[in-house]
Amino acid sequence: MTETFYEVMRRQGITRRSFIKYCSLTATALGLGPTFIPKIAHAMETKPRIPILWLHGLECTCCSESFIRSAHPLAKDVILSMVSLDYDDTIMAAAGHQAEAIVEETIEKYSGNYILAVEGNPPLNQDGMSCIIGGKPFLDQLTHAAEHCKAIISWGSCASYGCVQAAAPNPTQATPVHKVIHNKPIIKVPGCPPIAEVMTAVVTYILTFERMPELDRQGRPKMFYSQRIHDKCYRRPHFDAGQFVESWDDDAARKGYCLYKMGCKGPTTYNACSTIRWNEGTSFPIQAGHGCIGCSEDGFWDKGSWYARLTDIPQFGVEANADKVGATAAAVVGTATVAHIAASAVKRAMQKGDQES
Amino acid sequence: MTTGQQTEQELYRSEPAVYVYEAPVRLWHWINALCVIVLCVTGYFIGSPLPTMPGEASDHFLMGYIRFAHFSAGYVLAIGFLYRIFWAFMGNHHARQLFILPITNRHWWKGVLHEAKWYAFLTKEPHKYIGHNPLALLFMHVMLVWGTVFMIFTGFALYGEGTGMGSWQYEWFSSWIIPLFGQSQDVHTWHHLVMWVIICFIIIHVYVAIREDIMSRQSMISTMVSGWRTFKDNRAVDDES
Repeated sequence: MTETFYEVMRRQGITRRSFIKYCSLTATALGLGPTFIPKIAHAMETKPRIPILWLHGLECTCCSESFIRSAHPLAKDVILSMVSLDYDDTIMAAAGHQAEAIVEETIEKYSGNYILAVEGNPPLNQDGMSCIIGGKPFLDQLTHAAEHCKAIISWGSCASYGCVQAAAPNPTQATPVHKVIHNKPIIKVPGCPPIAEVMTAVVTYILTFERMPELDRQGRPKMFYSQRIHDKCYRRPHFDAGQFVESWDDDAARKGYCLYKMGCKGPTTYNACSTIRWNEGTSFPIQAGHGCIGCSEDGFWDKGSWYARLTDIPQFGVEANADKVGATAAAVVGTATVAHIAASAVKRAMQKGDQES
Repeated sequence: MTTGQQTEQELYRSEPAVYVYEAPVRLWHWINALCVIVLCVTGYFIGSPLPTMPGEASDHFLMGYIRFAHFSAGYVLAIGFLYRIFWAFMGNHHARQLFILPITNRHWWKGVLHEAKWYAFLTKEPHKYIGHNPLALLFMHVMLVWGTVFMIFTGFALYGEGTGMGSWQYEWFSSWIIPLFGQSQDVHTWHHLVMWVIICFIIIHVYVAIREDIMSRQSMISTMVSGWRTFKDNRAVDDES
């Protein structure tokens, strides 16, 4: 039998006191009341570790980078040892055939019980040849591992939406996980990368309650993706007051006014950056003076510019936003109307001339 | 021409006026027009805000007021539109006309063609109608009715993002409309584009209303004020009914 989480943690030299602290912090992070602390502790003490296969497709490893930087004091030590992270080619010691053998072993041993964490996505063009793992297309590994898993976590915008490799014209036809795997529950944890604490909290929630967190219609955990950056932004009062940064070096930028006019995508981006923030709650893009680029939203690479409020609409090879397109249409209609007025007046004058003569 | 050929006596014998637009329809028209103007102006300034305000944030609420006006006008427009649909059932048959295109009616399509020719200066005289002429009906049904439906749905989807998950606006609109378009930014872009469609509609609508009032064979602007349609000659009307 696999060890319980508690046993693993104790073995790693974590005191009982630190363990209880961890449970209470996790309860707070998940938005649960104090009564849940003993429940989490109990679950940790009694439940065997859940095996996780962490696959890497077409991606940049920023999700892994974020995950191992979880500011939560115990996340690095605990979550990584807590879950039985059987396979993660980036951070595992084994390599080559040994590493690939572990995948098969886990699939056989824990069939129907392991969690499949996917970082990146499979490219479908050229028979999937744009991403090769152990001599085979990543698509094969993904569908094989997904077949026997309990649930899938789509880490980051790559797995959730496609991200940069799926941006137009998407030459490799990089495809998000949910468009390839249809018969398994999928949790999307979008972001480029997702916030470290969000990632560890999602894992902890699944381990603790042995079920998926409540998801919205798009499959994102509601507890982290139910509000926009804009809704909780500390610069929001400047937005409501109508105080905006007009250029990067103006006085308003120094005063920390709203970055709306500079193309901040906070009003259209669902994420927890403005509450949890990054790097132990140090800061987040808007706090650093740069607008949000909307990295946790579907197709954010194609909703540019990142520095304009209105999205570019490509048409006839010329880029213009909704205002330019609309104003041009209105100008054409207005000009046509004036021309029609003139024509009508001329015709009427001619008719009157006919009648008089 | 036509009017020239008629004697003054004939003009006196013109057909009696017909009561076309009942009070709720007229009231809706003008309230709706006001809402659309407020929505277009405030909507434009939400997309491209006014120059930055000086001083402390606590001294101002400019963007807040602009958005409040936008949301209030949106609510009035939406409720008005629902009432207008209700009145389509309750009112006279003219109140229903706007919502139903007689697309299977060949005579009606000929009417559309004839009106189009009249506007292209290819025919000497327009037909005479008690209700909307076919071209006007086609144009208003597509641009106004469906434009309004589009703006109400996308508008409430965007509004629901602010009221948040669990609110009826979010559950009824945002929860399915936002994924349908892709993401929030796409809904913003489409909401913005259709605003320009409606602005184009307004330009044409106002122009043709004035033009029809002067050049067609029936009254136009005064009808939307008083409800009575009057005619400039006593020959047969071309409405189907």
